[in-house]
Parts: sequence; structure tokens; C-alpha cells
Amino acid sequence: MSVTDTERMKRVGLNGDEAVAYAAKHANVDVVAAYPITPQTIMVEKISEFVYNGELDAEFIAVESEHSALSAAVGASLAGARVFTATASQGLALMYEILYIASAMRTPIVMALGNRAFSAPINIHCSHDDAYAVRDTGWLQFFAENVQEAYDLVLMAFKISESPEVLTPSIVNLDGFILTHCIEPLYIWNERYIQEFLPDRKPVEAIDYRNPKTYGPLALMDYYMLIKRQQYEVVRRARATIDRVFDEYSRWSGRRYRAIKTYMMDDAEYAFVVLGSTAGTMRSMVDKWRGMGRKVGLVSLTLYRPFPEDDLRRILSGVEAIGVMDRSHTYGGPGAQLYQEIASTLYSLDEHPRLLNIIYGLGGKDFGPEDAEAAYKYLMRPDVREVWLGVEG
Amino acid sequence: MSSWPRDWRELPMAGIINIAGSSLDYKTGTWRARKPVLYPDKCIKCQICWLFCPDMAINRLEDDSVEINYEYCKGCGICAEECPTKAIEMVEEVG
Amino acid sequence: MIEIRWHGRGGQGVVTSSQLLTKAAIYAGKYAIHIPEFGPERRGAPVRAFTRIDDEDIEIRYNVRNPDIVVVIDPGLVEMKEFITEGLKEDGVIIINRPVDMPISLDGYKVYSVDAYRISIDELGRPIYNTSMIGALLGATKIIPLEYLIKALEERFSGSVLEKNIRAIRRGYEEVRLV
Repeated sequence: MSVTDTERMKRVGLNGDEAVAYAAKHANVDVVAAYPITPQTIMVEKISEFVYNGELDAEFIAVESEHSALSAAVGASLAGARVFTATASQGLALMYEILYIASAMRTPIVMALGNRAFSAPINIHCSHDDAYAVRDTGWLQFFAENVQEAYDLVLMAFKISESPEVLTPSIVNLDGFILTHCIEPLYIWNERYIQEFLPDRKPVEAIDYRNPKTYGPLALMDYYMLIKRQQYEVVRRARATIDRVFDEYSRWSGRRYRAIKTYMMDDAEYAFVVLGSTAGTMRSMVDKWRGMGRKVGLVSLTLYRPFPEDDLRRILSGVEAIGVMDRSHTYGGPGAQLYQEIASTLYSLDEHPRLLNIIYGLGGKDFGPEDAEAAYKYLMRPDVREVWLGVEG
Repeated sequence: MSSWPRDWRELPMAGIINIAGSSLDYKTGTWRARKPVLYPDKCIKCQICWLFCPDMAINRLEDDSVEINYEYCKGCGICAEECPTKAIEMVEEVG
Repeated sequence: MIEIRWHGRGGQGVVTSSQLLTKAAIYAGKYAIHIPEFGPERRGAPVRAFTRIDDEDIEIRYNVRNPDIVVVIDPGLVEMKEFITEGLKEDGVIIINRPVDMPISLDGYKVYSVDAYRISIDELGRPIYNTSMIGALLGATKIIPLEYLIKALEERFSGSVLEKNIRAIRRGYEEVRLV
């Protein structure tokens, strides 16, 4: 990373919340609808400051709950506005029923999700419970590894979501506290140049009182399944747009974005798969293990929905054992969420890598080198299928 | 909706119905078991039936008198229930 | 990479100190990360924060285990020796808030002392130690030029509050002593 400011970009120190707020500002959003109380982070507080100061010409709708926040966002998006919202854990849970409506009505809202653990016990620190809980709602999902990525992904998410062939809302995940509250250096754009990458939204089928239509109609046995099939295909095919926008932003910014980040995977015999901020920690451990002659690699997903299964099959085939790291878990399920998805993805291979499900870091439990070493030791043991790291036994 | 395509590729996005007022094509008058009959000599032109009709099947005329639109009236009977002078009566639908 | 651990109590500006140093390091062209450790957020409870500073990009995202520098903002916490020296590197440095003529031994570690209580009462009129302690940290270790810290401070404060805190920083920088 070069440390000099340019006319186009400025190097600043921001925490993840502030970076996301700047991204929403730089995207020149028209409407922000959000509920401001815990578990909300300061993202929307910062945006409300921008609006109050006149730095951002947007409607800030302070609603009485997250359910209303997303409802307002759906309405604004149908009216053709560029819409942003943010929430976390319980707040996302309260949005749940509207998440399905937003995606099925094809409203390209962008949401930043500061990933936090579900209560009880009351916690508010990082887990991926919330992101996983809404994986089936039809929203696109991205995971940021650091604050720079959180900023960049919000900008890219607007472009992807609003593309006419996608018109599907996006969630940009960033680890609660670990990224939302940590200050890091990052480059933010000079606002003058944003239009080059992200012009104003060109709405498709927006509400127009001169040309009335019925949005969200009743569709029963005759049409419901057809409309769902249409939505399914749209999300599946969104991958092409995502790759195109990632490429375009990579060229534009000089920072490389891909659906999947691989590290030392070419000759890897062992691999870990991870989401979010733990990826950097794991890469530093891979360096250490490689220095000891151990053939370990790392796969981290920037794109979580649509799930990049074809790429993962290609990348992970031939590996002897894979540690799938979940910052969440299911009760009574066959492994945690990412584990299940990796297992499903690899099932069609003739030879299956051995899988270990590593449950780690729930509720913000720190994940450091000693935890990674423990994970590696478990990965070497064919008799272990699942481990709750740090709380074994 | 019966004229819509049967292939998901050709469906309007998200099932949006692009034709405004398409509900006019849906004649609900055939649903009736009983039908409202209006006795104009008892009607005091208070418009209460027009106000209460959930299907907008009561037309309000120039002189504030009303008429029942049997193409859409489902026969719910609210108009007869609410009429203060019993100027509307629900009778068995025949034929 | 330089790793710093801050100790203090809720309300003493522990998190603010780590934030200011991080921003100063970023302005100085370094890569730096501020990591708050949020426990129960209440005034008076022991609080920690971590700062990492490097010339290269920092990828790791976990709490500092083996700091190079420990800054103890609260004068009372020096009594909790094990808490303060936990994981500190052998050649690590401890910076404490204590009159410089009061000798102290902390397991043979190199200890710098500054009377942040006196400075904050003189300059701010209140026992808010954090700016004098960051000044002392930079005075003792010279890890970041003072001007960048002042730049970070200017973002946060203005007017007389800014002036007072700049004086507190400068005095911390100058009055810190190896004890």
C-alpha cells in the first residue's frame, strides 16, 4: 500500500463504522432508514451527522424499529431511490420477514451488517449468527476482511444490486467490534470521482403515479412458483455481474477484488476456509506453517451469496483435509452453516477431502495464534469431526 | 392474470402487474348467494351504503341517489345492514 | 511491528488514547490498528485497549498478547503488577502515571514515569490523564513524531480544549523520566 494521498484518493484512519458511513455518503444515497439503538453501531449515527451538516443530501428516516426501517427502505427503493440501511444481530432478526419481501420485490437496497452474536446471553460482540440466519432470504452477501474492504464493498454492492439484471438487495458483512470499532488506515475516494464508477441509480419499474402498476401482488398456485424460479435464477446469475463489477472496481481502485481469496492453495495438502476478519490472522499462520514446511493453504470468501460453489470445488479438490471455520453453529444440525455448505459443495467430487468443523470465536471470543495452532492440530486428527475451539471437552 | 406467460423467463419482474385497474376485468358479481335490492321510495340519499360498500359496487348518481352495480357486488349484505331506512333488502339470488 | 497495551479505568480515556495514537501513526505514514477491548462499559471498571503500529500492512486481527510497551494510565493500577506485566516482552517498556521521584520496581522492566496527575491538574484543571500519558509515551519511545499526534488531536478538539491538551501532551513528552 502506498501511503501518499492522490487527487483521487485520500489515506485516512477510520473505524469500520465510519468507513461504511463514508461509503454510503460517497455513494450519494437518497434515503437512509435505520433504527438507532443497540445493537445498531455508529454507522447510521455518522450518516445522520452528514445529513444534519448538509454534507449529504439524503432523507434520514429515523423509524421506531428495524422492522419499520427495512419496510421504509423497501418503499423508498421501489420509488427509485438509492437506499442504505444498517443493523446487527437482534436488529436483523426483527427485519427478518421484510428481508424476503425486499429481495422478492427486487429492491436493490444495500445494508451494512455489523456481525454480532444473537442473545441470549446478551453479548453484542462478533459472531456470524446474523449473517447465517438470513442466508436463505435471497439477499446477496459479502464479507469484508478489513475496514478498507468494508468501504469498497459497500460501493460495489450498490453497483451490483442496482444493475438491471440483478435488482436484488445486498448485505455487506463486517465483524462486530473487530472491524466496526477498530481504527485502521484506508483509502477513501475524493467524492468528485465516484460518479466514474457509481453513477446515480437508474431505476427499473419504479413507482410512477402517472403509470400505476401493482407491486407485490397475490400469486397463488398458478404463479408463485414461477416467480420464485425467476428470483432463484436472478440470484444465481448475479455472479456474472458480481465478477464484472469486482473487476471494474479492481482496475479503478488498484485494489484486487475476487469472489474468493486463496492463499498458498496451489500445492496445499491442508486448507482452512474462513469468513471475515479472521482471514488475515489465518494467512499470517499459513506463512508460519509454510516456514515449517507444512503444506497449508487458506480460502476466504468475499462472496457468500450466491455461494461460489463451482470455484470452491475446483480450489478444494485434491486437498487432503479441510478445516471449515464457523463463527456460529447450529443446534442439532449436521455441522455449522459454512461447514454444511462446503460439505454439500464437495459431495459431487469423486474423492472427498476430510472435513473438520471448527467452531470458534463466538460472542467475540478472541481468536489468536494459539487458537490457530490448536485448530491445525485437530485438523491432523482424522478421528475429530467437530471441535469447539477453546471450550473442548 | 390468466393471460400471463407460463415460462418464468417471460414473466414480468417480481410479478409486477403492469396494467393499471386490471381488477375491473374480474367480475365478482357471480359470487353472490343473495343480492341486495334497493327500494328507491324508502331511500333518503344519505350515501351510507355507498360509504360502507367494501367493493365500491354502489354507484353514486348525480342527484345523490344510488344504484347497485351487480357486476361486482358479492352480496355481502353490509349495505342492507347499515341502511337506516331499510331501503335495501337482501333477497335470494335466482338464475 | 510495535505492539502497545493500554491500561486504565472506564472514563479515563483509555480507548481515546489508543485511537489518537493510531491516527497519529497513520498520519505519519505507518500502518496502525486500534483495538478496543469492550467489557462492561462503566465508569471505573478496568479497561484495556491495544495499538499495533508497523511499516507494513497489518493483517492480524486479535488482541495484543505480547506487548512491547504497556501504558498504565490509572495511577492505582501499578499495584496490580501481574495484570500489567502479563505477556510483556523481556525488553518491554512500562510507562506509568506516578511522580518521577517515587521509585518503583516492576519485575526488572524498564519503567518510565510521568506525573500525569500534576500535569492534568495544572493544564486541564481535572484529573484526565490520557493526553499527558500519550505525550509521555512518545517522549519515552519516540515511535511517532509529536506533530502527528497533535494533528490527530486537532481532529477531535478545538479552541481552548485543544490548546490545553496540546500543552498536556508537550509536558508529558518532556517530563517523562526513566526511573
